Amino acid sequence: MEDLLNAFLLMSNFVFVPAIAYGSQLALGAVGVTLVYGILRFSNFAHGDIMAFGTMVVILFTWLFQSYGINLGPLPTALVALPFGILATAIFLLGSDKFVYKFYREKKAVPVTYLIASVGIMFVLNGIVRFIIGPDDQRFADGERFIIKAKTMKQYLGTAEGVSIKVSQGLAVVTAVIVVVALFWFLNKTRTGKSMRAFSDNEDLALLSGISPDKVVSVTWILVAILATIAGTLYGLDKSFKPFTYFMLLLPIFASAIVGGLGNPLGAIAGGFVIAFSEIMITYPYKKFVAYIVPGDWKPEGLVQLLATDYKFAVSFIILVLVLLFKPTGIFAGKSV
Amino acid sequence: MSYLIGENMTGGYGAADILHGCNIVAERGEIAVIVGPNGAGKSTAMKAIFGMLNIHTGSIILDGEDITRLSPQARVAKGMAFVPQTANVFPSMSVEENLEMGAFLRRDDISKTMDEVFDLFPILKDKRSQNAGELSGGQRQQVAVGRALMTQPKVLMLDEPTAGVSPIVMDELFDNIIEVAKTGITILMVEQNARQALNIADKGYVMVQGRNKFTDTGEVLLNNPEVRKSFLGG
Repeated sequence: MEDLLNAFLLMSNFVFVPAIAYGSQLALGAVGVTLVYGILRFSNFAHGDIMAFGTMVVILFTWLFQSYGINLGPLPTALVALPFGILATAIFLLGSDKFVYKFYREKKAVPVTYLIASVGIMFVLNGIVRFIIGPDDQRFADGERFIIKAKTMKQYLGTAEGVSIKVSQGLAVVTAVIVVVALFWFLNKTRTGKSMRAFSDNEDLALLSGISPDKVVSVTWILVAILATIAGTLYGLDKSFKPFTYFMLLLPIFASAIVGGLGNPLGAIAGGFVIAFSEIMITYPYKKFVAYIVPGDWKPEGLVQLLATDYKFAVSFIILVLVLLFKPTGIFAGKSV
Repeated sequence: MSYLIGENMTGGYGAADILHGCNIVAERGEIAVIVGPNGAGKSTAMKAIFGMLNIHTGSIILDGEDITRLSPQARVAKGMAFVPQTANVFPSMSVEENLEMGAFLRRDDISKTMDEVFDLFPILKDKRSQNAGELSGGQRQQVAVGRALMTQPKVLMLDEPTAGVSPIVMDELFDNIIEVAKTGITILMVEQNARQALNIADKGYVMVQGRNKFTDTGEVLLNNPEVRKSFLGG
C-alpha cells in the first residue's frame, strides 16, 4: 500500500505537477496562436518570439523594480512588471500590423503570404531581443520558491517520496485559469467579443452587418499581446528565460493549437495539456515508478524510458504530424490547416 | 418620386459589362421581383443596388437621396438590408447571437425587434440557443432573413431566398415575405422560382442578358404569353 502511495507521489512530483504547469503555459500560448488563425486567418510563426519580446520587457522592468526595492513578498516581482510588458508588446504588435500586415490585407493576399511575413517579423524580433538582453539565460524569479517542499511532505506523510510544488507552478495554473475565464467571458458575453467570433465565422457577412474589420484586428493583436506576454513570463519564472528556448516553444505551441483544432480556443487549452502530458510522460524514466509497483524480482534494470529527454520536442513533432495526417481538424473540429 | 430607384445601371465585375442600362424601381411597402433565365444579371442587378458592384453609368436613389457612391456598410446604415444566397448566417453562433449581430449597428434596446422576428418565425424562438449551422436549410434561411430584419430596414433585398428549399418551406417563406411587406418594408427579390415569385409580386422585372425585357405587375406578367413561354413553361 505504501509502495503504491510512493509510486503516486513520485509520478505527481515528476510528471503530473510539472505537466500541469507546463500545460498551462502552453495553453496560453496556443490560445494566442489559435485566435490569430481563427480571426486573422494565418499561422503566426512569430508567436514564440513575441512571447520572448514580452518576457524581455517584463524582465527589464522586474530588474528595475528590484533595484528600487519593490517586491511582492512571497510572489515574484515580475507580476508587477507584467502590465508594462503587455503594453510594450501590444504597441509592437499594433505597429507590425500597421506597417506589415495591413499592406497585404489591402492587396487581399493569400494566407501563406501572411505566414511568410510573420516569419520576417520573427527574425526581426529575434534580433531585437538578443540585441537588448543578449542570448544567454536570464533568471528573474524572486520571492518564495516553494509552496510545498518534497522534504516537508515526506516528513509529514512519513513516505519515501514527496511532492514539491513551486510557486511558479502554482502561479502558472492559477493565472492560466483566470486568463482563460476572462477571455471566454469576453468572447461570449461582450459585444466586441461576439463581433470577433462573427468575423471569424463569416467575414463577408460580418462586414455586411457593419462590424468594423479594423477594430476586430486591433483587439485581436491586443489579446495576443496579453496572452503571449503572460505565457512567456510564466514559462520564464518556472524555467528560465533564454531567447532560443522561446523560439523553440513555437513547435509545441503550434502542436497544441492544431491538436485542439485551429481557431478553437477551448481546443487550444485542451491541446496544451495533451502536448505537455505527452512530452513529459513519453520522456520520463519509469524505473523507480515500476520498482514501486511490481514485486521484488521484476525490478527493471534499465531506465524504462521511451525516449530520452533530448527528444522532448520530437514528441510534439510526432503528435503534430499524426494529427495532420489523420484528423487535421483536431479534437474539437476547428478549421482545417 | 419612387422610394427605391436603380436607374440606367451599367457595369460589371471586371472589364466586361454585365448590366446594360438596367432599370429597377420599387415603391414603399411594395414587393418587386426580378426574374429571368440563368446568367441574365438578376443577382448582379441587386448587388449593384446594394453597392457590392461598381456601376460606371447610372445611379441608385433611395428616398430621394443619391447613394451611388456609398459602400454597402454605409447603405446598411441608410436602411438597406441584404440577405445573400449562400453563407448568410454565422454557423458557429446561436440563433439569438446571429440576430444580435444583425443589429450590430444599433445602440438602442433590440429586444423588441427580436420579439417581432420571433413572432414572424416562431420556430426560431424554440431554437434560439442552437447554433445556426445545425439548423435545416429552411430554418437557416429564416435566421438569415431575421438577421437582416434586426436593423429595422426600409428596404429588404433577398437573393434567391428559396434556393435549395423544399416546396412547403418555400410557401411558408413567401407568406413570411408578404407579412414583412405589410409592415411597410420595401422588398426587392431575385428568384428562380418565377411563377411563385410573380404570384406575390406587386411589380415584376424580367431581365435577359443584363437588360430589362418585360416590366409590369406580377399578375400581368404571369398572364403574358411570351413570358409564360420563355420562363414559366407555358
